[in-house]
Amino acid sequence: MAVATRPDPRRTGRLVYGAAVVLLCAWVLVPLYLLFVNTLSAPETVNSFPKSFLPEMDTGSLAFFARFAGMLDALWNSVAVAGLTMILSIVIGAPAGYALSRFDFPGKATFRLLILLTRAFPLPLLALPLAVMYIRVGLDDTVLGLALVHTTLAVPFAVLITFSLFSGIPLELEEAAWTLGCTRLSAFRKVVLPLILPGITASAIFAFVISWNEVFAAAVLTIENRTLTAFLLQNLDTSPLHLKFAGGFILVVPALVFIFAVRRYLFAMWGIANR
Amino acid sequence: MNTRLLPYVLILPVTLFLCVFFVYPFILVAQEAFVADGALSLDNFRRVFGHWKFPLSLRNTLLLAAAVVPVQLGLALLMATMVNRMGRGRDLVLYIWTIPLGISDLAAGIIWLAIFEQSGFLNSMLHGLGLIDRPVNFLSYQHPGIVFLAIMLAEIWRATAIMLVILVAGIGLIPKEYYEAAEVFGATPWKRFLRITLPLLRPSLQTALVLRVILAFEVFAVVAALGGTLFPVLMGQTFVYQFELLDRGAAAAIALVILGISIGFTLVILRVLRVPKGARI
Repeated sequence: MAVATRPDPRRTGRLVYGAAVVLLCAWVLVPLYLLFVNTLSAPETVNSFPKSFLPEMDTGSLAFFARFAGMLDALWNSVAVAGLTMILSIVIGAPAGYALSRFDFPGKATFRLLILLTRAFPLPLLALPLAVMYIRVGLDDTVLGLALVHTTLAVPFAVLITFSLFSGIPLELEEAAWTLGCTRLSAFRKVVLPLILPGITASAIFAFVISWNEVFAAAVLTIENRTLTAFLLQNLDTSPLHLKFAGGFILVVPALVFIFAVRRYLFAMWGIANR
Repeated sequence: MNTRLLPYVLILPVTLFLCVFFVYPFILVAQEAFVADGALSLDNFRRVFGHWKFPLSLRNTLLLAAAVVPVQLGLALLMATMVNRMGRGRDLVLYIWTIPLGISDLAAGIIWLAIFEQSGFLNSMLHGLGLIDRPVNFLSYQHPGIVFLAIMLAEIWRATAIMLVILVAGIGLIPKEYYEAAEVFGATPWKRFLRITLPLLRPSLQTALVLRVILAFEVFAVVAALGGTLFPVLMGQTFVYQFELLDRGAAAAIALVILGISIGFTLVILRVLRVPKGARI
């Protein structure tokens, strides 16, 4: 650690530093690359030995994935659950974030504690008692039921993220709009909303990713309507290698795109919101 | 609308939601764990603790956390300080380093499976170098050390980014004047890191460690993808009790054990890394 940051003597220091950066980038990228090689190779190649480190550009594995019974339904379920989670957590979470940033009210500290408390609990475990509760109310094995659990995972983040986003917009802007004849609602719509929309989108995408990636609760709560993660997990023992890799690939690609889309907000969301 | 009431109206939906889907289920799970055959008892815990796999999965979970979290902390600190002094290319490097943040534990397990499985890339490489004649089945009961290593690498690969992001944001909050003053007095970069960055980063370190340690006790899908039944962990046992043994009481009991360990460690981390009042920036 010391070597990488010591500029003395300058040239070697910079060289070591550059090498360390490249090495750490490779540490992240090479495993991903190897997954892509496997996904873009024919099923026979994936199961053969020794392996080439270059992809064949064959869509055989992906085609097998698409034809595998139940896989496309699982993919659709994943999208539906994640979409629903995204909408629910923003609709429920953003108003609270606004309240935290704009008002001082009795009970504010308690409310913040409740939100922060959710972080200290292994939330996927919630799925165990909810599985029973859902059977009673008819929510078992449904997209909505799972989306509600995933919303529990995502909504504390939505609250804290929107809290830090709203705090970044000066109250004076809103007050100016009020003096110009806007009501609280119309001032919010015309002044705050346009400014906050990119940030809200970013935190919505983040909620989507949380749900998209969740395995345990999905596996506990769905039986017929499996999500992609639950489906892959269930078939880990029996499915052929090329199916696993294609499935992993399909799981990873949206994540890559989403992290790229929200990269500017990552620090506002994770760093500051976590303080 | 009345301004006094407005904040309560705004926080009402999320409060109700968390009561129904967070507070209530935890009451249920506790109830389920402590009740057997309709009476208050510790039977569920006795059954769980008495099973030969329990000590093993507890040990595995703790061992994995102990092996993974310190490495991640060191790596995240290194990466965060490197990013901090980076000029050109900072955004690109940060994007690459935070990619695993969006990758699920199951996908991470599958990615490392591609490397460690019998016809995988590690075997291919060793074969190409002439070190082995036939592919070795690394992820089998003959190689428990390698199974552990694979799971460890996958966890480090996947979940360092979450600490990195928190630490980068935390370092960004440290006033530059401290560093300038230290430089005037001739402090080396290493000294500056030890005397300024580390102490002032304590709140972020706290958050990062709490989050990471709790997630480490929840480890499940990575292990399922790489170790299968070779490496039982607590969360996996919960799943087994719930589904294969259809024993909800026992599943709830293990859930409470995981919860207890998580809370215990959270309190320890908060205590050890506490920031004295008046020392906050």
